[in-house]
Amino acid sequence: MSIRGKACIAGIYEHPTRKADGLSLAQIHAEVARGALADAGLSKDDVDGYFCAGDAPGLGPMNMVEYLNLKPRHVDSTDTGGSAYVLAVGHAAAAIALGKCRVALITLAGRPRAAGQHQVRPAPGATADAPFEAPFNPVIATMYGAAANRHMHEFGTTSEQLAWIKVAASHHAQHNPHAMLRNVVTVEDVLNSPMVADPLHRLDCCVISDGGGAIVLVAPEIAGSLKRPVVSIRGAGEAIKHSAGGRIDLTYSGAVWSGPRAFEEAGVRPSDIQYASIYDSFTITVLMTLEDLGFCAKGQGGRFVADGNLIAGHGKLPFNTDGGGLCNNHPGNRGGMTKVLEAVRQLRGEAHPAVQVPNCALALAHGTGGSLGTRHGSATVILERQ
Amino acid sequence: MIPVSQTPAPSANPEIQPYFEALREGKLLIKTCTHCRQPHFYPRAGCPFCFSDATEWLESRGTGAIYAYSVLRSAKDLPVLAYVTLDEGPTLMTSIVDSPASALSNGAAVRLSVRPGADGTLAPMFTLI
Ligand SMILES: [Zn+2]
Repeated sequence: MSIRGKACIAGIYEHPTRKADGLSLAQIHAEVARGALADAGLSKDDVDGYFCAGDAPGLGPMNMVEYLNLKPRHVDSTDTGGSAYVLAVGHAAAAIALGKCRVALITLAGRPRAAGQHQVRPAPGATADAPFEAPFNPVIATMYGAAANRHMHEFGTTSEQLAWIKVAASHHAQHNPHAMLRNVVTVEDVLNSPMVADPLHRLDCCVISDGGGAIVLVAPEIAGSLKRPVVSIRGAGEAIKHSAGGRIDLTYSGAVWSGPRAFEEAGVRPSDIQYASIYDSFTITVLMTLEDLGFCAKGQGGRFVADGNLIAGHGKLPFNTDGGGLCNNHPGNRGGMTKVLEAVRQLRGEAHPAVQVPNCALALAHGTGGSLGTRHGSATVILERQ
Repeated sequence: MIPVSQTPAPSANPEIQPYFEALREGKLLIKTCTHCRQPHFYPRAGCPFCFSDATEWLESRGTGAIYAYSVLRSAKDLPVLAYVTLDEGPTLMTSIVDSPASALSNGAAVRLSVRPGADGTLAPMFTLI
């Protein structure tokens, strides 16, 4: 049993706002749902599966189902942080493959800027791990900084190499009118930006933004009846990486497990991928993920990303052509949704002409949610234009 | 940071109460397994490796080496976030205190120093040897 070819992405929508003053959280969920259904040419009453994550207002999916006035026969609110929406694509495809639903709606909304939350901190909770982490003030930036510190120590990765990831993202963002950071930057610009958490500079970090997005997945026979280009789910993989009883290794992410699962289901290899959306909370997240997914050998990520190799029209692996979280947006501190959306645009041929990958038929989207420094959920999907 | 109010009070969690009692004496307790003999951290009643419930407390020698670290520049007066690999084996999240950030390096030897943490509870921190 496999989900390969059993579900298609029929509709997508990205909210244009980057600062949602005057919009409620539920309202943004509804606006992106409306947008994705309109894109697919479907109506609210066609939806029989609903997916959100734990950050949606309410208890699991229930309050949003009520607000949207849906009548789903399948729901899922699995929360793996920012990767939850990539993971949800796999879960929705599985539900459709099993006949549990036929039209699945996934929504994300967030408004940390409008709410005045300027620093990203781990989600609070009375968890078993909290007494062993809270005393040390582990903000997200220092945990990712520590991961970068160790990667540099073991593999000789440099700040210049990390900076190339931001440079590539900025080259793409200049073409996106909605992107928060549209200026093209250089390696020197990144290195000269203030140090936030050694060795990560301000420009190694993603933006903090409001916004949201939605995806509509449907059974293949429905996709064939709609007007939009058909994007099929070819494979999906997921994993949770954690501190493993104290056997901590900060040099790799859960992508080492989610990636091979997705590639195996899809029956393709990393070298077959024409476009990749890679979760980019920080530049180190991208570098480590590219290694873990097998785009290069472990420890070679720095060499792989250098000299513009991720820039569309220039390098071997165009990535995050919307500008990504590093330059475009990171709605609700959860970048998995926008990773899927740009991969779908590439496969439809609807990316900005300046960054569109010619004849893009096979793309990957990957999410990393939580923290590289403690525990995170990794989710990989491989998408194909029919 | 987890708000203090949502962190379980040490006395409220019997699973880890000996850990907090030892910290009050300046000691760090980890757990080891009498079945598979493997030490683990953070401490659990059951072994995370062999799933036996035959665990016992083990006092760490309090020495180890810096595995990784990162200085939060906006909070220069706060201890540096670090991961330390204890000589017993497990690696834990911690802070480095009483040591200038410029003196830190991967692999540097450190020694235990119990201090109040950001959430007000005592915590195992480390200083450069
Ligand atoms: Zn054991």
